[in-house]
Amino acid sequence: MAKMTLDELRKLRESKKKELDLRSPDNKSIHVVVGMGTSGIANGAKKTLQAFVDELSDQGLTNVSVRQVGGMGLDFAEPTVEVAVPEMPTVIYGNVDEEVARKIVRKHILGKQLINEHIYDRPAADIVEGTE
Amino acid sequence: MAFHHYVLVCGGTGCVSSKADDLFGELAKALDQEGIRDDVQLVKTGCFGFCEQGPIVKVLPEESFYVGVKPADAAEIVSEHIVKGRQVDRLLYKEEDSKVHAKVDDISFYQKQFRIVLRNCGFIDPENIDEYIARDGYLALERALTGGMTPDDIIEELKESGLRGRGGAGFPTWQKWGFSKAVEADQKYVVCNADEGDPGAYMDRSVLEGDPHSIIEAMAIAGYTCGADTGFVYCRAEYPLAIHRLEVAIKQATEAGLLGDNILGTDFSFTIEIRLGAGAFVCGEETALLASIEGKRGMPIPRPPFPAVKGLWEKPTVINNVETLANIPVIISRGGEWFAKVGTEKSRGTKVFALTGKIKNSGLVEVPMGTTLRDIIYNIGGGIPDGRAFKAVQTGGPSGGVITADYLDTPIDYEHLQELGSIMGSGGMIVMDEDDCMLDVAKFYLEFTVEESCGKCAPCRVGGRKLYNILDRMAKGTAEEEDFGRIEDIGQAMKRASLCGLGQTAPNPVLSVIKYFPEEIGAHVKEGRCPAGVCKGLIQYYIDPEKCIGCTLCARRCPVNVIAGERKEVHVIDQNGCIKCGECFDACKFGAVIRR
Ligand SMILES: Cc1cc2nc3c(=O)[nH]c(=O)nc-3n(C[C@H](O)[C@H](O)[C@H](O)COP(=O)(O)O)c2cc1C
Repeated sequence: MAKMTLDELRKLRESKKKELDLRSPDNKSIHVVVGMGTSGIANGAKKTLQAFVDELSDQGLTNVSVRQVGGMGLDFAEPTVEVAVPEMPTVIYGNVDEEVARKIVRKHILGKQLINEHIYDRPAADIVEGTE
Repeated sequence: MAFHHYVLVCGGTGCVSSKADDLFGELAKALDQEGIRDDVQLVKTGCFGFCEQGPIVKVLPEESFYVGVKPADAAEIVSEHIVKGRQVDRLLYKEEDSKVHAKVDDISFYQKQFRIVLRNCGFIDPENIDEYIARDGYLALERALTGGMTPDDIIEELKESGLRGRGGAGFPTWQKWGFSKAVEADQKYVVCNADEGDPGAYMDRSVLEGDPHSIIEAMAIAGYTCGADTGFVYCRAEYPLAIHRLEVAIKQATEAGLLGDNILGTDFSFTIEIRLGAGAFVCGEETALLASIEGKRGMPIPRPPFPAVKGLWEKPTVINNVETLANIPVIISRGGEWFAKVGTEKSRGTKVFALTGKIKNSGLVEVPMGTTLRDIIYNIGGGIPDGRAFKAVQTGGPSGGVITADYLDTPIDYEHLQELGSIMGSGGMIVMDEDDCMLDVAKFYLEFTVEESCGKCAPCRVGGRKLYNILDRMAKGTAEEEDFGRIEDIGQAMKRASLCGLGQTAPNPVLSVIKYFPEEIGAHVKEGRCPAGVCKGLIQYYIDPEKCIGCTLCARRCPVNVIAGERKEVHVIDQNGCIKCGECFDACKFGAVIRR
C-alpha cells in the first residue's frame, strides 16, 4: 500500500465498511470468521481453520470467505467461530474442533440449519456499528 | 430451505439449568400443534451465562432474550411470538434500574458487557489494516491532525471523558499528557506499557493480538498532543503472537503513511519501535521499564520527577498502559462526553477483567465501571462450577486482595475496591470456591513478589522474605500468635518504606486475607488445621477400613507408590512417603479415602 492522502483514507474507510458488515442485508456472501488469539490457537484454532478450508473445498464451495480475527474473550469455549450466511442469523459457535467445523459447512452453510450445543452469545453489542 | 425462526434454548450438555430439557420438549410440542415444525428450528445452545435466571430462550432473528422460561411458557412463546409476531413481554429480560448502566445510545445491556476497549477484538483481521480502517480506524488521528483539533483540545476531550490509567494506579490520563506537553524539550517520547506481569491478567495481550492498530493510533495521538515524534512499545517476550501482529501493524501503518514522516500530509511525524522485556514483574513499573528500554537493569528509581517530566533518557515521556491507550481513539472520535456516560462518577468508561479460577465461563469480560461483582460472576461468568459455594474473588493480583461474598453487590470501580482493601490493578479476577485455602492464596502471591523483587531496597527485599517465612510457618502449623503482630509490623514498614509499588503493595494479599478470613487463618495457627484441606503440612490422607473394598484404584493412582494392599483387602497409606497430592482422595469411588 502506498502512502495515503486524507481523501484516500476516507474513501477506503467507506468502501471497506460495506464489505465488512456481515449482518447487513446487502451481504450476499458467506463468511466464516475464526478467532485466532493465543487462547483460540492453544485450543486448536489452526486445525479448525484448516478443517474449514478443506471441507469447503471438498464440498466445492468457492463463495465462502474464511478470515481470521483476534479472540473474542470467550476463552471457556475456544475455538470460537462466527458464521454469517445470507438470510440466516449470524451466530457464534464455540468449542469448534475439526469435526464441528466440517459439520458447520455441511449442516449450516449447505443445509441452512444451526448446530446444536455449540451456539454461544456474542458478549456485547457492537459499539462501532451505527457510528456516523 | 431456510427456517424463518430459530428458537435457541440454553443448557445443552452439562448444564444444571433447571428444566431445560422439559422446556425443549414443550417447545417442540407447541410447534407441532401450530403446524409450523418445519418452519422453525429448535436449537440447544452452549452456555449464555445468566445461569441463575435460566433457562434462557433466545428467538432469532429478532434476538428476543427470554429468561426464567418454564415449560408451561412454551406454548405462549410459540403462539404469540412465532405465530403472531408479538414478543412475550413478561418473559423478556429486563434491565434493573442502575446508575452505572446509564444507557448509551440504544444499546441493550442484557449482555451486561459493553465493549470499548475490545470493540474490534473478534471483529477484524488484526493483520489487515483495511479492516481496522473500516471500523472507524484512524478516524481519531485524522480528526486530530486534519480536523483542526489542537493538542489542548485533545487534552480537554480526555479531561471530559474522565479516562484514568488502566495500568493499576488510575491516574487521570489528561493530566499525565498535560504535564508532558507543558515541558519544553528538544525530544519527547511516548511509551506503551505492554509488560502485563500480573499473573492471571491477559487483556493487554488480547488487545495487541486482536486490535494492534488501536494502540498505534493512540500512541500517534499522544505524540501529536505532547510533542513527541518517537514511541516505544515495551512488550514481554512471552507474547510472541502479540509482538508479531504489532510488527505487522506497524509495517502496514508505515506503508500507508499513518506512521512515519508527514502523516496524512501534515507536518506531524511519528515512528514506533518495539522493545522486548524478559518477563520481570518489576519491569512493568514505569521507572524500571524505562531503565530497561535504555538498556539498563530494570530497577525502579524514586519519583518525582515523574516520567512525564523526566523519563526516557531524561526526556519527557508519557507512559500508558495498553488498555488505557485502546480507549483513546474512541474518546477522540466519539467525544469525551459520550465516553463519560459509561461508568460511575469518579471512574468513567469500562474495565476489562480476565475472569479465571473457579468460574464456569472464564474469559475476558469488559463491563462498565460500577458493575457489581455479582453481575460479573453470576450473569456473565455463569457462576461457580460443580455446585460449589463461592468463597472470594482476588483482584489486583500480587498488589491486591480478596473480596468476599458479603461484598458481591459492591460496584466495582477504583474507589470501592480500595475501600475494600483491594485494588483494581490490571484486571485479573480470580474466583475461588470453598475448596481454596485463603492462606495458600496469600502465600502464592507473596512467593511471587518475593521472587520478583529486584532487591534494590531493603524493605521489599528483606520484608517480603520475612513475611513469606511467617506464612510458610503458618501453613506448616509451626507459627505462633505473635506472628500476627509481626505481619502487621512488617507489612506497614514495607508499605511505607519500599521504593516502588511492588514492595509497597506486596503485603496487601496477606493483610486482606487476615482481615476477611480471620477464622480460617487462625485455625492454621491455633489449631494446626487447614479448614479447606489444602495446606500439605497440615493434612493427612488415610483409608477408612470400613469403607475400603480393596479395588486397588488408589494404589494404582498413587504417584509415589506408598499405598499398600492386596486386591479385595483394605489398603493402607504409608504416611512417611505420602506427598499429599490428593490423587487417592479424588480417585476413590467409595469415599474411603479420608482427609483430615
Ligand atoms: C510492580 C509494578 C508492576 C507494574 N506492572 C505494570 C504492567 O504490567 N502494565 C502496566 O500497564 N502498568 C504496570 N504498572 C503500573 C505502571 O508503573 C504505570 O503506572 C502505568 O504503566 C501507567 O499507565 P496508565 O496511566 O495508563 O495506567 C506496574 C506498577 C508496579 C509498581
